[in-house]
Parts: sequence; structure tokens; C-alpha cells
Amino acid sequence: MLTLDHVVKRFGGVVATNDVSLTFPNESLSAIIGPNGAGKTTLFNLITGHLVPTSGSIRFEGDEIAGMKPAAIVRKGIGRAFQVASIFGSLTVEQSLAVAVTAHERRAFSLGGAFRNHTIRRRTEELVDLLQLNHVAQRISGEISHGDQKLLDVGLALALRPKLLLLDEPAAGMGPDERWQMMDTVKRLWKSENMTLIFIEHDIDLVFQTAEMIHVLRYGSVLASGTAEHIRGHPEVIEAYLGTEVTHEETEVAL
Amino acid sequence: MKSYRMTAPGHPLRTLLIAGAGLAVLLILGLVFPSPWLRDTMTSLFASGLLAMSLHLLVGYSGLVSFGHAAYFALGGYVFGMTLQAPGYVETFGAWSLPSAMLLAMFGTGGAAFLVGLVCARLSEIYFAFLTLAFQMLFLSLIQGFVGYTGGDQGLTGGIPRPAFLGINVTQSWDRYAFCATVFVFGVLVIRLITESSFGFTLRMLRDNEARVKFLGINTYLTKVICFTLAGTLASLGGVILAIFTSAAYPEWASWTKSGEAIFMIMLGGVNTFLGPLAGALAMRIIDDVTLLYTTHTELAKGIVILFVVLVLKRGILDFALDRRRSRADRRANRDRAAAHEKERADVDS
Repeated sequence: MLTLDHVVKRFGGVVATNDVSLTFPNESLSAIIGPNGAGKTTLFNLITGHLVPTSGSIRFEGDEIAGMKPAAIVRKGIGRAFQVASIFGSLTVEQSLAVAVTAHERRAFSLGGAFRNHTIRRRTEELVDLLQLNHVAQRISGEISHGDQKLLDVGLALALRPKLLLLDEPAAGMGPDERWQMMDTVKRLWKSENMTLIFIEHDIDLVFQTAEMIHVLRYGSVLASGTAEHIRGHPEVIEAYLGTEVTHEETEVAL
Repeated sequence: MKSYRMTAPGHPLRTLLIAGAGLAVLLILGLVFPSPWLRDTMTSLFASGLLAMSLHLLVGYSGLVSFGHAAYFALGGYVFGMTLQAPGYVETFGAWSLPSAMLLAMFGTGGAAFLVGLVCARLSEIYFAFLTLAFQMLFLSLIQGFVGYTGGDQGLTGGIPRPAFLGINVTQSWDRYAFCATVFVFGVLVIRLITESSFGFTLRMLRDNEARVKFLGINTYLTKVICFTLAGTLASLGGVILAIFTSAAYPEWASWTKSGEAIFMIMLGGVNTFLGPLAGALAMRIIDDVTLLYTTHTELAKGIVILFVVLVLKRGILDFALDRRRSRADRRANRDRAAAHEKERADVDS
């Protein structure tokens, strides 16, 4: 379980995360939404050790992880994919996944021949199949499509067999069909890998269709938390994020 | 959908066989053409080749640009020479003096590179590069300052004792050539095995995207320190070869121009191919020798060639050649596909 308790992050006078307290149960699928600048990515950066909270506590499976180095947090079982696909541009897709698996197997410093280990090869093949990247597996990562790069980024995190996976806008920059495909893949991965998954997304329809729990942030604070049904009907969320419905009469008056 | 099967990795035995074949070619070359000029030229190429290839481990594979790599090349030569010149050393170790001095040079330099790496790896990019340069200047100052041990500006002259061992007498032309060729091939083989290992791929990841490597749970600082240490240790082998060849060691080996020369070799030969730096070392040597037939302005000739490579080829010579070969193969494959498609259509029509 991941628990954030009164987490505050200040950058000088700017409060990016303001007294955020959230709980993510094991094997749950949650979404974090909110307007630009609401503090969503900052929250991910705090959880993954990229930033250190100004105050508050972040506990994962009972251990305090706030302030730990990213590599140490990864070893605790937290994986992450990025808003802009963060991959290894000169390696092929299968090499990229294999090196990530090698890192998970604690063989990153081995001077033995790369990818000869049976476990590493089998897990890499599993990941290629799971992500359905067979058609590009032997191509250079920097030369494949944006959608496949995003999948590869997710694959790099999955290679570490995370207990908790954080996806920062997995469908960003994709066309409408691709976005739905991506979210189907995310849901399939969540089910098959038995992990806790938290994702950030701007597309409300995707979020309502995919997430079990939704947390809405505004100005760094939690505005609302609940199921899709609850969030849909939450008046403050409607006003702050979804916008109020303008009636025909109001439009005419305004004109 | 059919389950994916990963591409089979190259077998390390294949690398060993290629290295063996390479050594055989070098030895045959030395036997078939017994001219002292060829053997001497090749021996000095072995030294500069190892300097460039070990630097390539940092620059090409890890994305760590070091401006001070020649310091470890020089340190190898100096530790080797000073050990053998130390009073009583040759008398004590006898036939094992030379190999033990070589090991001492490698491990001593590796130790120094490790300590410098611990400091430099804390910084990145240009700050890393300048710090390596600062350490090189420090090493150069030490070499010039401790005149009693290093010979100062004059270098480690007076001849380095090189007693024969296992029937190999490196004061003889053939023995020296064969021994230096073996050390060179050993160094290249080690570099190759590193680049093809899991650690070699960790280095490539570091070059491509250091931030992402951290999120795979890998200690990037430690990765840099290990790479720096290995590169320094391997550069020392180049220094040892040159010290055996010249029977001396000179402070110019530790100058920043020597490091710059190694970077030029990598640029000239190609940063994306394993043997690129070696091709660069060879090209530099050819430019030097050919230019000297007509003028003493070798630096001008090197500058013009580097400008040509950077501005016209836009990549190193070997990278350019391999890219050409690859695009020719792609064109041929496209033509074959189109022809097969045409034939298929013609068959359907008929």
C-alpha cells in the first residue's frame, strides 16, 4: 500500500503540493487528474524520489520512502513511465527491455556476455509479447512510432516487476483510437501483472472508463477522491475541472 | 500471435577466435615484411590505438568525454619504467621483472584512475570533462616536479632495463613486435568483451539516457567510476607498449595535446563503430607520415582532414563506410522486394 500523509512541496514561494494525503490500496487502479499545474507530475516525482518533500510522509508497504534516492525506491518495487517516452534511443526494442530485465536481475555490472542468461531472455520475450511489440522488437528504439515508444517506456518499468507502477500520461500525444488502445493495454497489464497502478491522464472519458478510483488535484491540493460516478457528480470538480454547463439562454444574454 | 523469440547473442568464443585471427594476421605481417620501419610504425600504432580505444569506452560507449585520458597512458609508461629502473628490482625479480612491472603499471594506474574517477564521476558533461583535464595537469606537474624519480622535463631516460622472460627478449626487433602485438590484441579483446557484456549495455544506457538508468535502480555514479577505472587501466597498457618500444617515458605523453589527439582519432575513425578509434589512429599516422614527405606542417594537414571529415562526411571514416554499405544493402533489398512484387503481379495477370 502507498500512503501519502500531509505531503507538502514548495519551490521557493510556489506551493506545488499542498498538504496532500492519499492512500492507494494494493492492486488498485487509480487515476490522478487535474488542470495543468495542479501538481500531478510533482506528486509522481515525490513518490519516485526525483524530488524530496518539504514536509510530510510517503510510506510504501510500511517503509518511509520520502527522501530516498530514485534507484533505492525502484529497488523497493516502484516503477515509472514518463510523460515524454524516456527510452534508450540507440538500442533496439528487445535490447532495451533485456537491459532493464538485466538491471532487475542485479546483473547490470556483470562482465559476462550480455543477454545470455536464460531467465533474462525468457522475461524479455514475455515482455515483447505482453506489450505486443513483436513487429518492432529488432528495430532501433529511437526510430519506432510514438505509440510504440510509449509502450516501450512502460515495458522498461514493467521489466522491474514493480509492485506499484506510475504512468504519467500514457496516452499523451496519441490519436483518439490509439489512446483507447493504450488504455486497454494499461488495464490488461494491470490485471496480468497483479500490481498497483496509478496513472495521470487529461482525457476524462479515458479516466472514467479505466480507473477504479480517481483523485482530483487543484492548486496542489486534493479537491476530491472517489469512483467515476462520485467524481462525475462532484460540484466542485465540475466547476474547477470539467467546467460549468452554459445554457442557451446564458449564451444569448452574453452575446 | 506467435510467441516472440529473442535474437541469439554472439558467443564470446567467436570474439576470442576473431582476436586470435587478428593476432595471427599481425604476426604474419611482421614476419612477411621484416622491415624495421613497418614493425616500429605498427608498434607505435598499437600504443596510440589502445589509448584511443580505451578512451572510446568512455566517450563512445558511456557518453563521458574525458579531456585528460592521456594521463593514464603516461602513468602506465612511467610506473613501468620507474619500477624497472628501481635499484635492485631487476636483480630481485629476474626474468619476471618485465611482466611484474607491467602488472604493477596496470594496477597502479587503475588505482589512480579509480581515485580520480571517484571525484570526477560526481560531475557531468562539461564539468566532468574539465575536471579530468585538471587531474591530467596535476599528473603532468607531478611528473615534471619529481625530477629525481621521473627525470622531469627530460623524461625517464637512460634506458629502461628489459630483461628477457620465457624466451622473449623485447630488446630484439621481432620479439618486441610480437610481444607488443600480443599485448595490444589482449587489450582490444578485453575492451570488446566489456562492450559486449551486460556492463557494456549499462554503459550504452548511461550514454543514451542517464536519468532513465536511475529509474531502473542502477547506481549511475558507480557505473561511471567503474568505467573510468577500466578505461584508465587499459590506457596504461598503451603507455607500457610505448615505454617498451622507446625504452623511455616522456612528460609529453601526459600533456593535454596527447588527450586531444586521442579524441581526434575517435572523431576521425568514427564514434559508432568498435574499431573506429583504431581506424582514426591509423589515419592520423598516415597523415603524419605522408605530410612529412613534403612539409613539416603536419598539424595543418590534420586540421584540414578533420574539417573534411566533420563538414563533408559528417561522421567518422569507418562510420561513413559502414553507413554506405548499410544503405546499399537496404537499396538492394528494396529492389529485390519490388522485383518479387512485380513478378507476383505478372504471374497473377497471366
